[in-house]
Amino acid sequence: MPAVSKGDGMRGLAVFISDIRNCKSKEAEIKRINKELANIRSKFKGDKALDGYSKKKYVCKLLFIFLLGHDIDFGHMEAVNLLSSNKYTEKQIGYLFISVLVNSNSELIRLINNAIKNDLSSRNPTFMCLALHCIANVGSREMAEAFAGEIPRILVAGDTMDSVKQSAALCLLRLYKASPDLVLMGEWTSRVVHLLNDQHMGVVTAAISLITCLSSKNPDEFKTCVSLAVSRLSRIVSSASTDLQDYTYYFVPAPWLSCKLLRLLQCYPPPEDGAVKGRLVECLETILNKAQEPPKSKKVQHSNAKNAILFEAISLIIHYDSEPNLLVRACNQLGQFLQHRETNLRYLALESMCTLASSEFSHEAVKTHIETVINALKTERDVSVRQRAADLLYAMCDRSNAKQIVAEMLSYLETADYSIREEMVLKVAILAEKYAVDYSWYVDTILNLIRIAGDYVSEEVWYRVIQIVINRDDVQGYAAKTVFEALQAPACHENMVKVGGYILGEFGNLIAGDPRSSPLVQFNLLHSKFHLCSVPTRALLLSAYIKFINLFPETKATIQEVLRSDSQIRNSDVELQQRAVEYLKLSSIASTDVLATVLEEMPPFPERESSILAKLKKKKGPGAVSVELEDGKERGELNGGADRGGEAAIAASNASTPSPSSDLLGLRSAAPVGGPAPSAGSLLVDVFSEAGPAASSTRVNDDGFLSSAPPSAASEDPAPPLPESDELLNKFVCKNNGVLFENQLLQIGIKSEYRQNLGRMYLFYGNKTSVQFVSFTTTVSCPGELQSQLNVQTKPVEPLVEGGAQVQQVINIECLTDFVDAPLLNIKFRYGGALQNITLKLPVTINKFFQPTEMAAADFFQRWKQLSQPQQEAQKIFKASHGMDTEVLKAKLLGLGTALLENVDPNPENYVCAGVIQTKIQQVGCLLRLEPNAQAQPGEQMYRLTLRSSKDTVSQRVCDLLAEQF
Amino acid sequence: MQFMLLFSRQGKLRLQKWYVPQADKEKKKITRELVQTVLARKPKMCSFLEWRDLKVVYKRYASLYFCCAIEDQDNELITLEIIHRYVELLDKYFGSVCELDIIFNFEKAYFILDEFLLGGEAQETSKKNVLKAIEQADLLQENLDFQIRLFPAPS
Repeated sequence: MPAVSKGDGMRGLAVFISDIRNCKSKEAEIKRINKELANIRSKFKGDKALDGYSKKKYVCKLLFIFLLGHDIDFGHMEAVNLLSSNKYTEKQIGYLFISVLVNSNSELIRLINNAIKNDLSSRNPTFMCLALHCIANVGSREMAEAFAGEIPRILVAGDTMDSVKQSAALCLLRLYKASPDLVLMGEWTSRVVHLLNDQHMGVVTAAISLITCLSSKNPDEFKTCVSLAVSRLSRIVSSASTDLQDYTYYFVPAPWLSCKLLRLLQCYPPPEDGAVKGRLVECLETILNKAQEPPKSKKVQHSNAKNAILFEAISLIIHYDSEPNLLVRACNQLGQFLQHRETNLRYLALESMCTLASSEFSHEAVKTHIETVINALKTERDVSVRQRAADLLYAMCDRSNAKQIVAEMLSYLETADYSIREEMVLKVAILAEKYAVDYSWYVDTILNLIRIAGDYVSEEVWYRVIQIVINRDDVQGYAAKTVFEALQAPACHENMVKVGGYILGEFGNLIAGDPRSSPLVQFNLLHSKFHLCSVPTRALLLSAYIKFINLFPETKATIQEVLRSDSQIRNSDVELQQRAVEYLKLSSIASTDVLATVLEEMPPFPERESSILAKLKKKKGPGAVSVELEDGKERGELNGGADRGGEAAIAASNASTPSPSSDLLGLRSAAPVGGPAPSAGSLLVDVFSEAGPAASSTRVNDDGFLSSAPPSAASEDPAPPLPESDELLNKFVCKNNGVLFENQLLQIGIKSEYRQNLGRMYLFYGNKTSVQFVSFTTTVSCPGELQSQLNVQTKPVEPLVEGGAQVQQVINIECLTDFVDAPLLNIKFRYGGALQNITLKLPVTINKFFQPTEMAAADFFQRWKQLSQPQQEAQKIFKASHGMDTEVLKAKLLGLGTALLENVDPNPENYVCAGVIQTKIQQVGCLLRLEPNAQAQPGEQMYRLTLRSSKDTVSQRVCDLLAEQF
Repeated sequence: MQFMLLFSRQGKLRLQKWYVPQADKEKKKITRELVQTVLARKPKMCSFLEWRDLKVVYKRYASLYFCCAIEDQDNELITLEIIHRYVELLDKYFGSVCELDIIFNFEKAYFILDEFLLGGEAQETSKKNVLKAIEQADLLQENLDFQIRLFPAPS
């Protein structure tokens, strides 16, 4: 051991870091790291006791390796030992290691907590701070349990050093955020609030973060903080720039504390006490005044700090929303920033003005900046600034400027960044509907949307335009004419074909008088698009055709000819084939009267509120809204708008799930979402599909098929998948039968069998209660790209499940190509009036389509080598969660669906398997190797799992799935 | 603040500090995504961006990017100055700090950060006070024996 002078850095560490930096390749780096890890491991395991310095050095090296992104699975014990070292630097490194590499190993946590306890009671402020930092960095529940009682005492004790108080305050904050139930302020409340009066600015700065968090959760208990905060703020704002010494930052007195004080006040309404309020208004005015003064320094730090306070003050003014004078001044100030040369300020001004636009006092003032904002949308070079400009235009839109704003947004859409197109489309759609005075403008706008950004126009948007056209007869002729013209374009978006097909099918007669758009011309135009469209669109077109036969008897022969052609009547797609057959039959056997009744114009859609909008209304304020939304995308503002507007049901449903129960068209059928799956109801905007789930097979004979669907439990959106659904899914990776889910009411059992790329699954729903389940519906959906990877068909179940009874459902599955996600199974029913809404993941995983392949060792290794490109391999090293029982392992590997190859791997401990995954479009050969280190101590047993296949996504997915099984 | 990352122009992570619990896997994913996003931005662009449901505030100093993720109600400009103050602290401590200082003395960079920010909030904004705390710690290192006598180990 080299003699190292005290206070010197760790030379070995520096050498190691240089070595790593000198590595020419990733491989060399890994090699060097493995060498070092082996070295450290042998030192730690060696007989010779290590001295503190060496321990510190090695622990520090481990930390460095971890921070490089490598996994570290040892050294925790040595780090814990360092905690009780008397040497500060050793202790410090120990704490750092623990803070960065938290290990939930309960044995260790006890030891760590012990060391912390000792340091907290050491009365050495430096040690106490280290311990508090560690608690704040880890913040685990075990630590909260151990220290949440002690820390408030340290925080308010008279003899605690300032630096310790600062650490204690923020430590408590972290514990409160993680485990609010364990941090009880109770008797300490008032003393904590009075820390706002502390002489030491650092103590106030740290304490106020804690107080703000506690106040936002328990405003009443902490409300005395308001007057204290106002007087503190007032003292800072009125102080000269040198008064606060080192707390002045580039000539701005205590900017951090000022911002936090202003932020704390935003937890409360305006002060009731007139004097306090007067003082606060004075502060706010001073802050606004200072913004107009010439800067005291040219440094950007000066203006940033000053403006940080200004923006926080403006937030408070907006929060109060009660001082018209201040609101208008704030708006003018932001107006100046809109043209500032600093991009940051323009960005923040646009953002802040967005909230100002919603205040009745400042809405008009915001509107005066419309030209500047439009200009920003057109000329800003940074997409995030343009995004803010689009948000602001949306927020400032009202009846007076809607046409201008919508036109600008539309023209911006032509060149908009892909990342914000979808949102822009939604915004345009919402504004167009909300502020439409004449509906021809609305129709034009939506069709323009489809033309410009068809890919980003979601179902809800085009459902909505159809809904509106059907409900307003003054616009139907115009709509028919416009879609007819739009369809003339040689390349038009499929969404345009859908809207066009639907509208011409309903209202084509309104333009049929013009020979240029005679019935046959209309039909030929639509049919010219047919072959380029997807299955759902084709299905919709077929329905439009049968509607044509009713509208225009002269087209009957032509259309029947089309329906009769092999490509329709023998279409490989079941839904298309069925429609062709049924429509053909209907048109040939039904009398004109019957046809006219069956194919009558759609009745108006009920003007009803979407369930999500109702939810939005309950939650007030746009801020609360985003939480409600499924896909966390930036849609808060959208719904902020909806909240104000009320009628914009579209806003809500746009923000909703992309499921088919986005029932803007009033189609409440509990249909599966199988995308191209030809099951009933997947073709939502079918003129016929008002009928329930059974419609597909019984359509022609069903008298009620044009009547509205009965209200069902399905009107509620499917719940998000249960948190444990992944775990439940994992249980079925290596087996096909068992209980998928069980709660107090319901048990769901599964039996499944797979052959080639096909599978059949039987679901058994058992009612565990003695009361019947009503409106029992189940829906299987394939979210996102899964739609195009799996074809899932279900048969509907009976809506009544008697007490104690079990119903069975069959699901047919076809694997089109490899996939990652699992289909979602949503179950809804009413039990004693209460709606139950459960979503699970259906245990359909890619390995189910394995065909086992036996092969000899030579073949195996040859193929293994052939698959040696890095992306063909996926590897995981993981801890064993269960014992390493050979028989259990074998059973699991066989359950995976692969063949278990004996006598192939030279090491008899290892397992190798082979199989071919069968999908409709391809077969993917897959090799697997599992290496256990069975000799290791229990608790340190690990596996290395390697997958190789000709497709990277398959290797990765099978590896991920299997790694959860051992 | 939810986390702070320091990374180089080549995308190498130099320091990471997480103030809300995240799984290691998630940390890596976040880091990868964010480093990519920030490095793809051009120099004159604004220092703020929306990312997932967080606000990201970043600034480049020489070869290093300092990047903080803050929550919706947090103040972007003051966060920018948090970054600057941290840079000042490093600069003062190391004397014209450069990336290599942070690579070779990463533990110091963490210690300084812990004195300045704790649990994602400013603990001490006075440059003098933070440096005093760090210097005291360094002194403790020099006078070990003295320390041990002053503060006997807890029994």
